[in-house]
Amino acid sequence: MLHNLSIGELAAHLGGRQMSSVEITRHFLARIERLNPALNAIITLTADQALGAAAAADRRLGVGERGPLLGIPLIHKDIFCTDGVRTSCGSRMLDNFIAPYDATVVARLKAAGAVMLGKANMDEFAMGSSNETSYYGPVKNPWDTAKVPGGSSGGSAAAMAARLAPYTTGTDTGGSIRQPAALTGVTGVKPTYGRVSRYGMIAFASSLDQAGVFARTAADAATVLKVMAGFDPLDSTSVDAAVPDYAAQLSAPLKGLKIGLLREFFDGLESRNAALIHEALKIYASLGTSTMEVSLPHLPLSVPTYYVVAPAECSSNLSRFDGVRFGYRCDQPKDLADLYKRSRGEGFGPEVKRRIMTGTYVLSAGYFDAYYLQAQKVRRLITDDFRSAFQQVDLLIGPTTPTPAFDIGAKIDDPVTMYLNDIYTIGANLAGLPGLSLPCGFVDGLPMGLQLIGPHFSEGKLLNAAHQFQQMTDWHNHAPRGYE
Amino acid sequence: MADWEVVIGLEIHAQLATRSKIFSGASTAYGAPPNTQASLVDLAYPGVLPVLNAEVVRMAVKFGLAIGATIAPRSIFARKNYFYPDLPKGYQISQYEHPVVSRGSLTVVLDDGTAKTIGVTRAHLEEDAGKSLHEGLANASGIDLNRAGTPLLEIVSEPDMRSAKEAVAYMKKMHTLVRYLEICDGNMQEGSFRCDANVSVRPRGQEKFGTRAEIKNLNSFRFVEKAIQFEVARQVELIESGGKVVQETRLYDSDKDETRSMRSKEEANDYRYFPDPDLLPVEIDDGFIATVRQTLPELPDEKAARFARDLGLSVYDAGVLSASREMGDYFEGVVAELSATHAKLAANWVMGELSSALNRDSVEITDSRVSPAALKGLLARIVDATISGKIAKDVFEAMWSDGKTADHIIEAQGLTQITDSGAIEGVIDAVIAANPKQLADYRAGKDKLFGFFVGQVMKATGGKANPAQLNDLLKVKLGGTQTGS
Repeated sequence: MLHNLSIGELAAHLGGRQMSSVEITRHFLARIERLNPALNAIITLTADQALGAAAAADRRLGVGERGPLLGIPLIHKDIFCTDGVRTSCGSRMLDNFIAPYDATVVARLKAAGAVMLGKANMDEFAMGSSNETSYYGPVKNPWDTAKVPGGSSGGSAAAMAARLAPYTTGTDTGGSIRQPAALTGVTGVKPTYGRVSRYGMIAFASSLDQAGVFARTAADAATVLKVMAGFDPLDSTSVDAAVPDYAAQLSAPLKGLKIGLLREFFDGLESRNAALIHEALKIYASLGTSTMEVSLPHLPLSVPTYYVVAPAECSSNLSRFDGVRFGYRCDQPKDLADLYKRSRGEGFGPEVKRRIMTGTYVLSAGYFDAYYLQAQKVRRLITDDFRSAFQQVDLLIGPTTPTPAFDIGAKIDDPVTMYLNDIYTIGANLAGLPGLSLPCGFVDGLPMGLQLIGPHFSEGKLLNAAHQFQQMTDWHNHAPRGYE
Repeated sequence: MADWEVVIGLEIHAQLATRSKIFSGASTAYGAPPNTQASLVDLAYPGVLPVLNAEVVRMAVKFGLAIGATIAPRSIFARKNYFYPDLPKGYQISQYEHPVVSRGSLTVVLDDGTAKTIGVTRAHLEEDAGKSLHEGLANASGIDLNRAGTPLLEIVSEPDMRSAKEAVAYMKKMHTLVRYLEICDGNMQEGSFRCDANVSVRPRGQEKFGTRAEIKNLNSFRFVEKAIQFEVARQVELIESGGKVVQETRLYDSDKDETRSMRSKEEANDYRYFPDPDLLPVEIDDGFIATVRQTLPELPDEKAARFARDLGLSVYDAGVLSASREMGDYFEGVVAELSATHAKLAANWVMGELSSALNRDSVEITDSRVSPAALKGLLARIVDATISGKIAKDVFEAMWSDGKTADHIIEAQGLTQITDSGAIEGVIDAVIAANPKQLADYRAGKDKLFGFFVGQVMKATGGKANPAQLNDLLKVKLGGTQTGS
């Protein structure tokens, strides 16, 4: 079926004129109409614009233009501003917000001829690990609709797993691409901080946020990342370095690759999950890699560090939502303070408020040194840990999450337990490193993810290693029942 | 009062004269209709990011070099968090712990002629906020974000000033400097150059500073002086009547000439500063500093010293003529081809006739209707005695109103001075003959009548008699027979 084709296959069909972009787009739109109600993965469908964009792509194809993404549909996480289309960030605060411009990521994909089908559900302002904090309700995991898909890019991951689009975009601040990719059995890439522009991506924690991609395979992800990545003069933190041809690196042999097994990632990991990682290592060993155990002594501090740094930045980033210029405004404010208090009080959900309050607290006079400064110091130590690990090994391997997808409602009232879900992913964000999650097996019928973390700007190597793994396994080709 | 010492520190906000804003491409031009110069970045739309305008860094470095300050090799933008309608992001991007400029100084000359060096603690870059408008809007406030994101250099002095007059002298000097450097247009009415004054008093001889009050947003030299004077009097009176000064922010009301409490320290915001993760640290290397140093103009003090040294001007004149770069340029244009020995003459004319004409007609010196070359042409006729200084004033007025050259006017109006002794003597003789009584009185000791005779001769010659010659000849004639030959 069409929805099981890879991006490369779709591009080949489009290039050969055996299929039109409009046909492909209609197929996915129909699939979304039929399957999304049970999943709630997509909160804004832009069918008309999509068909218009598809027709435009067909015209470009008709005059001989070719491109790896030309005419191929996608779904954007609703954190990316899309010109003329509601950009809610999963929040009541922006339920009425029609973005007046395109995020750089959106603009680049649009220019490449990508066809946006709609916008994906997400945790409110990307704050959550289960997609339950969304104003639009939780996203269901296609593997078991009683389970969460992970978060915050839960809609993008679920849409990918359910084959509602050939690829979807996401953002990862503490694991928001890798964790849901793992819990829904898809491939998710979080690039190096600075690799992809943050312009137009609604900020949660600016020093940690990074845009990335969900795809079924590493090869597809490589194709998309190549288009998304690169310096953007509108984002001072984007890095002015050439973007390699990731697809060309996919087939490089892994012989001699030194893989580090992160000791800290196995502390307390359930044996069935650990077994999947060890199975994966056997496959890598068969490709000629060597494995050694490495330790990142400060890594266990990553969750508390993250939950100081991220809320601190978010408390400031979210100050602009004040009911004055855009977004939610309370009814009949009686004065300025009332306008602020009620607009924010009514517009934000509980998890966002919790983090704003935490962040405000850690930045306050008298607490700043003990929390924010201390967290920055630990962040440096964690970064140094990674740096020394990468003097010994080429990339690190471990599980993406401690457990498979959990029940909707199981953790939402227990923030600390919920936060611990990101224990394996947060380190890469704190250090600005690229990470990738790919499917590596099942536990209790639910997918598990293998996580690869590399040095800065090693996306090519991570995609290469993931692609080689996917040549030897077919976990990535498994589809949830009903979504084949 | 004599028992109290006043301590003042100033925080000057100089708006940097860039074309676009500090973090967006929107124009900084003043006076546009509300919100027409606010980009998505200035409006703080979701997802937008600031990008530093490199020009502001160059300007800050130029300023730092001009006050002999340290330029930080690495400075950091921080967020100052607070809610206010004219602050769209809910935070102001500013520099906090690591400003671009630190530890400089500025020397001012006080009224008594003594020089005093005022320390500059730091100067940092930041963005301005927008404006809230309350007039003409029933039951609502308007917000104009045109000014939001305008680049500011906040120049923080040490608490080194000891009187309102010193504070004004410092602020004036700073005003001169930023305009010399062409980093700020200095327009105080439009708010391009304004200050907050930190004022405290302490018993004379006490080392510890008194509690200070901060007077916000003073946008004229006169207001600075008046506000400080009022505040000092208020604090002294308060303490002497047994009260205590509280640390607070106050506003100066120029209509009532008083300061009023705005908010106390307890009500002050906790700004929760932290480094802005959207902006990289500003890295400045020696090469950049050297490049900027080459663009430094001759500074006011250097220019004044040169005028005094090379042209023999008094310290006062040299100071006035270097008070603005434009004034200095004009003066030098006049002196250029006139011999330096006539620099004092040029100085007098620029500070006298020219300045009063400019003031009278509200014309900037750069738009003067009499160009430096034209004024030089006029002064040359005084120097070569074609006309007298008095006649020159009339010629200047004619030049000012119809734009002709001095020579043209002198020629057309026949104003050439009479320097022929015989001709002058002839007139003197006629005047003496016509005024026998005055002559008798003069010779009887009424010396004051000398002026009367001068006036009569000038009247008869249409003011054209060479004054020095007239003086000499008249003395002789009035003196009587003994010098008759």
